[in-house]
Amino acid sequence: MAKTTELLSETASQTAGPYVHIGLSPNAAGFDIYDKELGADIAGPNAKGQRIRVEGTVWDGQGESVKDVLIEIWQPNSDGNFAHSDAVEDAFRGWGRVISDFDTGAWGFDTVRPGASGQEAPHLNLWIVARGINVGLHTRMYFPDDSDAHLTDPVLNNLDHDQRATLVAAGDATSDLATYRFDIRLQGDAETVFFDI
Amino acid sequence: MTNTPKQVDPLNPRDWSRQPPAYWPDYKTTRARSPQRKLVRLAGSMSETTGPIFNHDDLGANDWDLLTNFAAPGECPIGPRILVHGRVLDEDARPVSGALVECWQANAGGRYRHKNDTYLAPIDPNFGGCGRTLTGIDGTYRFRTVQPGAYPWPNGPNTWRPAHIHFSIFGHSFAHRLITQCYFEGDPFIPHCAIVQSIPSQDAVDGLIARLDLEETIPHDTVAYRFDIVLRGRTATPFENQLEWT
Ligand SMILES: [Fe+2]
Repeated sequence: MAKTTELLSETASQTAGPYVHIGLSPNAAGFDIYDKELGADIAGPNAKGQRIRVEGTVWDGQGESVKDVLIEIWQPNSDGNFAHSDAVEDAFRGWGRVISDFDTGAWGFDTVRPGASGQEAPHLNLWIVARGINVGLHTRMYFPDDSDAHLTDPVLNNLDHDQRATLVAAGDATSDLATYRFDIRLQGDAETVFFDI
Repeated sequence: MTNTPKQVDPLNPRDWSRQPPAYWPDYKTTRARSPQRKLVRLAGSMSETTGPIFNHDDLGANDWDLLTNFAAPGECPIGPRILVHGRVLDEDARPVSGALVECWQANAGGRYRHKNDTYLAPIDPNFGGCGRTLTGIDGTYRFRTVQPGAYPWPNGPNTWRPAHIHFSIFGHSFAHRLITQCYFEGDPFIPHCAIVQSIPSQDAVDGLIARLDLEETIPHDTVAYRFDIVLRGRTATPFENQLEWT
């Protein structure tokens, strides 16, 4: 798509650095400053739909976990509606922040399973920042139990088989709190697909 | 701004000639953390064009003021008092209202209040080092704070970050998400910093340097710096669910 005639250009990105928590998650940095930290609840207890948990780790090219990562999540509610309009229940925000354990790099968050939006199969949108990441990375997490819907998903359909596999979580919905595992690989043979959105 | 209907037109494609590449070996940590494959271009679905709405209820009235938001009553952090202010605009120079702007920084000695920062400059008991605000209807924001100090970082045997304030900006869609750093006019460390120099355009670097703003300076009180932020604009013609691949 040709660029239109903009008057200004987007501000350059810079790494979030190792101390991103001070700004976006100060309790994790080790102090209490705000009455309410933002991004704690993607879906409150009264949100509709099936509750799920997502756990994972971001891995660098040397097989080390990224221990200073911060991930933002953006998703529709269980009906497939995004919280940018009034079409969602009050308890559902659809946006959240998660940080990894500083010692292990493991992270996890609770939410509700998203519904399908448009032609796309249900998925979570993730944005990843850390030291050494110059421009935040966008990716998507799809659900392993939606394999039929994946066949008609326009985003997955434009990826080859191996690329597609990097966007599908492991795990299942059989337990009471369905837990999915989603590992994100910044480099290597199984490098996760990242999007220019 | 709470009830402003959200636009859902796709964003203009990002101009990568003004953004730092993922792999920039002079900034050592990028070597193992940079994706090696080309990003897959994707635009126009609701996942990218929508975003959360932030309200004034989300924030405290004093969150924007780093001089007082952590200090004991009657106390003040140490360091030059500054005001950093500007506007959040889109590429068509339209103000972006209701954008969430968050910042964090080292104190005047170059020390962060973070359990992982062990630099020998002391913690300032009256300085938390973070602030947040929503832009007004005209896109304006401001933070009152102290001038951060430069600090050493382990990128090389003698490497120092120029004084900077980290900025996180959330515009009207998830695709707008941006984190950057604001530097200060005249800082001699800027040309020596591998993180700054990863930006391939001098004009884009200049856009990250806050300018002394004498007009807004408060006499006998606070020096002002101006730092404007530009988010991508929206393409004129919506094309719902259309994907573009490169
Ligand atoms: Fe920093």
